[in-house]
Amino acid sequence: MNAQTEVMENRGNGSVEQSRRAPTTESALRPAVDIYETGEGIVLQADMPGVSKERLSLRVEGNNLLVEGSIGIAPQEQMTALYADVRSTVYRRSFALSNELEADKIDATLKDGLLTVRIPKRAELRARRIEVRS
Amino acid sequence: MFSSLGYSESPLFAQFRRLEQEFDELFGAWSPWAAGIRSLPAGTFPAINVASNPDSVVVYVFAPGIDPKSLEVSLQENVLSISGQRDIAAEPNATHYRQERFSGAFRRAINLPEDVDADKVEATYRDGIVQITVQRHESAKPRLIQIH
Repeated sequence: MNAQTEVMENRGNGSVEQSRRAPTTESALRPAVDIYETGEGIVLQADMPGVSKERLSLRVEGNNLLVEGSIGIAPQEQMTALYADVRSTVYRRSFALSNELEADKIDATLKDGLLTVRIPKRAELRARRIEVRS
Repeated sequence: MFSSLGYSESPLFAQFRRLEQEFDELFGAWSPWAAGIRSLPAGTFPAINVASNPDSVVVYVFAPGIDPKSLEVSLQENVLSISGQRDIAAEPNATHYRQERFSGAFRRAINLPEDVDADKVEATYRDGIVQITVQRHESAKPRLIQIH
């Protein structure tokens, strides 16, 4: 009943509509990431324990790279929680890409819950050594 | 039902309530264990979840990208300790923008219910989660009591 009341409230007001969408993003876990840049491109590593290849989604939407995944723990019979650091089963985080990166040549691997994404730079924009003439 | 109390008007509380609804069915509910003496602040590596049923207690350790051989899991009485090492090698000649992932040695201990059988422990590592299953003592399991 509470849930229904809320939906009604949200529909009545456009600004609340915005805040209604926000919690879905907030309740998702934000995976810890390492990001570094090499001569070839950018490497992103994300901790996503519990996510298998089938449960991982990697999308480029416009200029954003969206990383999503869900934890696949098979619940056993009659299980009740005693303690929980992790209180959601969904990971979500997005990153803005820049123009010099080749979004259609992204390479991703997932091993033991660690996601590694390699985003190459356009060949013509890679760092070149400039010869200095005497 | 309690919305007549008035706090539902506050968008903050409404948000909290929705957050609770979003949480996973198993681990979403608060429990008396949440403030356990060995509990650690959010963001501690590795994160741990514990669930139980009448037969066993299952501990989930969220430890991605580690060699399971480097993990040491021990159970003394009803205190489970997990220690290990995760070394993240820094790429030479790279510019680092974010370094949020935990690197180094870690150790965590957690209280399990007192009726666990320290001799019946199994651990597996899959997709970055260590799942430790400890059986409970037979005597602690609920029994059906006959009424004569």
